Amino acid sequence: MTDVLLEVENLTVEFPTDDGVVTAVRGVSYELRQGESLGIVGESGSGKSVTSMAILGLLPKNARVSGSVRFRGEELLGRSDSELSGFRGRKIAMVFQDPLASLNPVYTIGDQIAEAMLAHNPVSKQVAHARALELLELVGIPNAKQRMGAYPHELSGGMKQRVVIAIAMANNPDVIIADEPTTALDVTVQAQVLEALEAAREITGAALVLITHDLGVIAGHANRLCVMYAGRLVETGSVDDIFYAPRMPYTLGLLGSLPRIDSKTRLTPIVGSPPSALNMPPGCPFGPRCPMFAAKCEAEEPPLYYATPDHHAACHFHQRLIDVKPGEIFQ
Amino acid sequence: MFAFAARRLMISIPVLLVASFMVFVMITTSGDPLQALRVTNPPTPPETIALEAHRLHLDMPWYERYFNWFGGLLRGDLGPSVNVRENINEEVWSRFFVTLRLVLLAMVLALIMAIVSGVVSAVRQYSKVDYSMTFLGFLFLAMPSFWLAILLKEAGIFLNQVDGDSDSRIFFTYGDRSAFLEDPTAWNRFTDVAGHMILPTLALALITFASWSRFQRSSMLEVLGSDYIRLARAKGLRWRKVLTKHALRTALIPLTTVSALDFAGILGGAVITETIFGWHGMGQYLTDSINTRDAYALMAWLLLAGSIVVIVNLIADLLYGVLDPRIRHD
Amino acid sequence: MTDQLEVTPATKAPETGGFGVRERTQTEIVVRRFLRHKLAVGSLVLLILIVIIAYGGAALWKYDLHSTPDISQPPSWEHPFGTDGPGHDWLARVLRGLQQSIKIALSVALIGTVLGTIWGSIAGYFGRHVDNALMRLADLVIILPGIAVAATLASLGEGTWWMIAVIIGGLASANVSRLIRGVVLSLREQDFIEAAKALGASDTRIILRHLVPNALGPTIVSATILVAVGILAETGLSFLGFGVQSPDTSLGLLVQEAAGAVNTRPWLFYFPGLFIILIALTINFIGDGLRDAFDPKQTRVRQ
Repeated sequence: MTDVLLEVENLTVEFPTDDGVVTAVRGVSYELRQGESLGIVGESGSGKSVTSMAILGLLPKNARVSGSVRFRGEELLGRSDSELSGFRGRKIAMVFQDPLASLNPVYTIGDQIAEAMLAHNPVSKQVAHARALELLELVGIPNAKQRMGAYPHELSGGMKQRVVIAIAMANNPDVIIADEPTTALDVTVQAQVLEALEAAREITGAALVLITHDLGVIAGHANRLCVMYAGRLVETGSVDDIFYAPRMPYTLGLLGSLPRIDSKTRLTPIVGSPPSALNMPPGCPFGPRCPMFAAKCEAEEPPLYYATPDHHAACHFHQRLIDVKPGEIFQ
Repeated sequence: MFAFAARRLMISIPVLLVASFMVFVMITTSGDPLQALRVTNPPTPPETIALEAHRLHLDMPWYERYFNWFGGLLRGDLGPSVNVRENINEEVWSRFFVTLRLVLLAMVLALIMAIVSGVVSAVRQYSKVDYSMTFLGFLFLAMPSFWLAILLKEAGIFLNQVDGDSDSRIFFTYGDRSAFLEDPTAWNRFTDVAGHMILPTLALALITFASWSRFQRSSMLEVLGSDYIRLARAKGLRWRKVLTKHALRTALIPLTTVSALDFAGILGGAVITETIFGWHGMGQYLTDSINTRDAYALMAWLLLAGSIVVIVNLIADLLYGVLDPRIRHD
Repeated sequence: MTDQLEVTPATKAPETGGFGVRERTQTEIVVRRFLRHKLAVGSLVLLILIVIIAYGGAALWKYDLHSTPDISQPPSWEHPFGTDGPGHDWLARVLRGLQQSIKIALSVALIGTVLGTIWGSIAGYFGRHVDNALMRLADLVIILPGIAVAATLASLGEGTWWMIAVIIGGLASANVSRLIRGVVLSLREQDFIEAAKALGASDTRIILRHLVPNALGPTIVSATILVAVGILAETGLSFLGFGVQSPDTSLGLLVQEAAGAVNTRPWLFYFPGLFIILIALTINFIGDGLRDAFDPKQTRVRQ
């Protein structure tokens, strides 16, 4: 177990609102091991971003977080903001969804990268800037030297995201959490950004948590996968297990709605929309949208059952799904 | 940047001229500045009235008077005042600087108060501090400037008497300077003027800071909720550094525009404040000129006020360009 | 024939009914959001009370603007707000001042909003030269200190209340026009306006059916705030001697009359001043509540 970097256990996040308490994350547990790349997939609002923000204590003050988050065995939850800032960027770095808004408009990108270094290392500004330039080159920014003095608005979206990746690399972190790093970008640029992320992982040796709603992004870039639905993990396992032998109808539905060039099967969309986090119905949250809905699903929420030792699925009827194709259950 | 400034002035000058024309027409076509002369007892001789009318160009048609005034303006002559002993040029400039120092100092004070209270409110949103700041902001926003000024003036008078010695004086409550100084060294003159400024500046600043504080609070809140603040925190910067280097620096930018746009309003507030504290400034000059129907003096007043508003807004725009790299005037 | 005549309104009714329902739900959302803002609701109640007292109270109160034999009396049961030097009952004066100030402030809001909305929407909708000309006109008003221009203009007339309202409202409309222009400009770029244009809707139709309803929120908020602006401007103007003229009175004039006697007869100074503050304060709170209620981007989850 020594190679476990990050352990999330029974993480729950609640937000009080005018209309009642919203439970955004409900008892999520996972482990991230050295050198691993873990994908987290789910629709927007499934709680995947909130989970990652909770790890570094970046949620708004009114968020109520419980459970446990351990980095190399050290508990992170409940630490003060200044203690956590020692972990942020240095041990665990983050890349956010919207690169257009992630950089401060009034500082040059060179300053913003160097700042990440200076936050944790007692080095001179010159050294930090030299390192910043090096990082810009590593993430594939052309004319890096001139771009050091550029302001964010002078860069394209893809370039900005690569700057954010360079910032994440600045302190050779052990973990990089990338939260929908390509969602806000053009399809043509997405590949470049993923490449930069891959390079960052290789150079820093960091383990990666890749959060996305796009199974296509996961396919080439993750070893293990967690599927989230309505604030919970509903299926976890290796990418191969989940792609080729899914045991949860929701995962099956996601795979069925993924267009594939190599297959002529019809796309099968999942009907309906996820439940509101405000009035979560009892029973399986996917129940109302599930083609296999049965009385048991209404009565009790399925726990994460063992499908195989390394593959879990939150479905009462996961055994029925062995060797089932999406088109066979979704119409 | 120079080209931008020149372009802005090129747009503003015609606006000012059109404004001057409209105001001129309105003032000169109504009211009679010689009314006081006509009703004297014993009656003023008609020759005197005719001479006075000629001196004030009242014997010209209004359009001729305007062009005459405009020609004088280009030569630096602001026209004759109803008050024979006064030269509009000298009068308006000396009063202008008296008022300008009040307005600028009140603005600086208001900005400091607004930034501090707005930022503290935003950082401690929904705390007791936030609620009290918000309440104070709303209170001063609702307070008529003249009422607050009188209140402060009376408070000053009260505090001066509180030690029972009517000669000792902590606050000056009348005039912009003492009429007579026993030892008029430069330092004494300076402290005298500064002493006279305390209460009026405070009155004007308190009225002004309220809306800016509200504005600064929401601007700061918007920045604090932004993605780049989240990234700055994710980098591992300490909260204090995130606040000062990232949040404050960016959240201050919009206030430059807002404070400059309010400049004309503050000038208006100064008119009222000065009246209450008996200053020999632009405020008194305005009310006197209106009451004596002194058309040329009023024109000078409005033109000067308009010009300074234009200049202040131009400075704010240039400053905005310096503060925000997204907007560069070149 | 008679049957058919009876049928016609019946078939029309569901249409208007349906339309009404949609409108009501939108209004309902705004009203519900506003009602959640307790301070705003409390302020509204208080403001209505003040207006009722100003008009109803003056009619019922035993004294009018004429002087009484009681000279310089502090507040008592007989004269709740005391009396001034010539023996005027100060409550009667304050009530009359309230009436005048409220009347002017409401007129300022009405004039400023109507004029400013027309001004701003024409500028924003037609753009180009029309926009340029109209906005330079707005600059012209904004460049000069409003109180100075208002004082100059007011001194030309006889100080009737509607004249003062027209002057302040007219000057205020320049600011409103800028706000409305901004709203229209941003709306103009929205897809539903494009869609309406593509469908061949006329300018008038687009303005009336699409722009006006969408600009309603900011307009109502700005109109509310204008009431506060109006009361502060009017009282300031009256204080300087260019607003409401004696023998009539306004809250500003009352403060001016009391200015010399703050230490000796403080009641004369505090009562009219407190009413100005109370009105402006309640209106600002109401405006704040309305802004929150109208803002569609407002999320209920607050940070």
